[in-house]
Amino acid sequence: MVTPEIGLIIWQTIVFLIVFGILAAFVWKPIVSALKTRESFIEDSLQAAENAKAEMEQVKADNEYLLQEARIERDKMLKEAVGVANQIKEDAKKETSVITDKMIADAKVSIESEKKAALAEVKSLVASLSLEIAEKVLREKLASDKAQTELIDKFLKEVKVN
Amino acid sequence: MRRQPIVMKNNRGIQNPKFLNIRSLIIAVVLLLSTPALALSGDESGEKFNPSDMISHHISDAHSWEIFHGLTIHLPVIVYSGEKGLDVFSSSNFYDEHHNVVPFNGYVMEHEHISLENGEHVLDISITKNVLFLFINSGILLLIFFAVVRGYKRNEGQAPRGIQSFFEPIIIYVRDEIVKPNIGPKYEKYLPFLLTLFFFIWFGNLLGLLPAAANLTGNIAVTLTLAVIVLIITLASGGKYYWSHIFDPLGSSMPWIAKIPLYIILWPIEIIGIFTKPFSLMIRLFANITAGHIIILSIISLTFIAQSIAVGIGATLFATVMNMLELFVALLQAYVFTLLSAMYFGQAVEEHHH
Repeated sequence: MVTPEIGLIIWQTIVFLIVFGILAAFVWKPIVSALKTRESFIEDSLQAAENAKAEMEQVKADNEYLLQEARIERDKMLKEAVGVANQIKEDAKKETSVITDKMIADAKVSIESEKKAALAEVKSLVASLSLEIAEKVLREKLASDKAQTELIDKFLKEVKVN
Repeated sequence: MRRQPIVMKNNRGIQNPKFLNIRSLIIAVVLLLSTPALALSGDESGEKFNPSDMISHHISDAHSWEIFHGLTIHLPVIVYSGEKGLDVFSSSNFYDEHHNVVPFNGYVMEHEHISLENGEHVLDISITKNVLFLFINSGILLLIFFAVVRGYKRNEGQAPRGIQSFFEPIIIYVRDEIVKPNIGPKYEKYLPFLLTLFFFIWFGNLLGLLPAAANLTGNIAVTLTLAVIVLIITLASGGKYYWSHIFDPLGSSMPWIAKIPLYIILWPIEIIGIFTKPFSLMIRLFANITAGHIIILSIISLTFIAQSIAVGIGATLFATVMNMLELFVALLQAYVFTLLSAMYFGQAVEEHHH
């Protein structure tokens, strides 16, 4: 039982080596390469999925960045616009006040001169009217000699008082 | 806090479970199988039923295949001798009509051993029972794996289907758990051989468990051949580091003059070590499979020795359990043989790194 028979050794060697050769060439080679192909395909697919995910993440980040950028830009523009508007408003206000002041000053000047002119006219009118009235009064009152003497006396009295 | 020691104990218990389990299983199987075999191999020379004769008849090679008592297929005898040249004839010629062994054409067969009538030795390359089962095993191997590889061609780039999906995990297991970790980056060169080895041994072990089948992988000539092939591949792929490890294991750790007396002792040990590895492969597979057959046959023999129905029922149940264990051992031994072969190849191709 423990003595190996030479015949069986010969058969075992031949048959095993033939089986090994056939299996190695026609079975293990295609199976091992098929397994390898499939495994690398799975590996690649996983890798590709991972890459796609990373890429999407990148795109998303880019979008976010662009949006952020746009938002900042918009804010800046708004701020600027508000500034410009304020400036314009301020300028307009200033200009208006200058113009108004000038107009008021002009008006004042013209009113003053009108007033002066009117006063002068009134004065001359009053003077001429007074003269006329005085002439008329004088003509009336000084028609008699008594009245003339009385007036002269009155004037004299006044002069004396002074 | 109180649970801590329990957890720690458990952790220590399951450290390296794979290796421990395999080793303890091997030990258990060997112990279990060797005891009854020893008990029965004594001189149980009963008049009618001799279990040791029956068992040795069952596990030994033969020139005829007795499927059951009464139906025997006589296999061809192929013998070569310098005197008579090559002769091919049926082994039925060695039996007369009363099933007695008789000489034929100048050849005599004694206990399945054929020699010339004058006592001279002949080269016996007959198709014995084991050679027939070697063919059957190889045929099954080729048939199954051609079916498997057809699956890969048909479902290219798709999920495995049918028989392909049964064997694919096993092939991947052998590749990823046995070959790759033990051989390293050069594993691909050895993968076809180790896959063939694994499936040859596994199928052979399973085939041997069938009733009337030959004890192919429990035959020492078969395991010897496999071990020698493993040895040849190991030596052929031995690199510089492998040989320097055998012939100069001390390296530059001491001056050459000091190494001489040590190497007088070390060299024989290292050289014997080259051969003990495949030798252990040969013995392990042979002993495990043969022992499994012996114990099942011994248990069955108990019925005939005791000639009692109760023992018969008990023995049948026990033999069934043993058969299940043997189904596992069939796989385990294929695994162990392949694993150790891969380890030897791994040692041979190892590059220097310390």
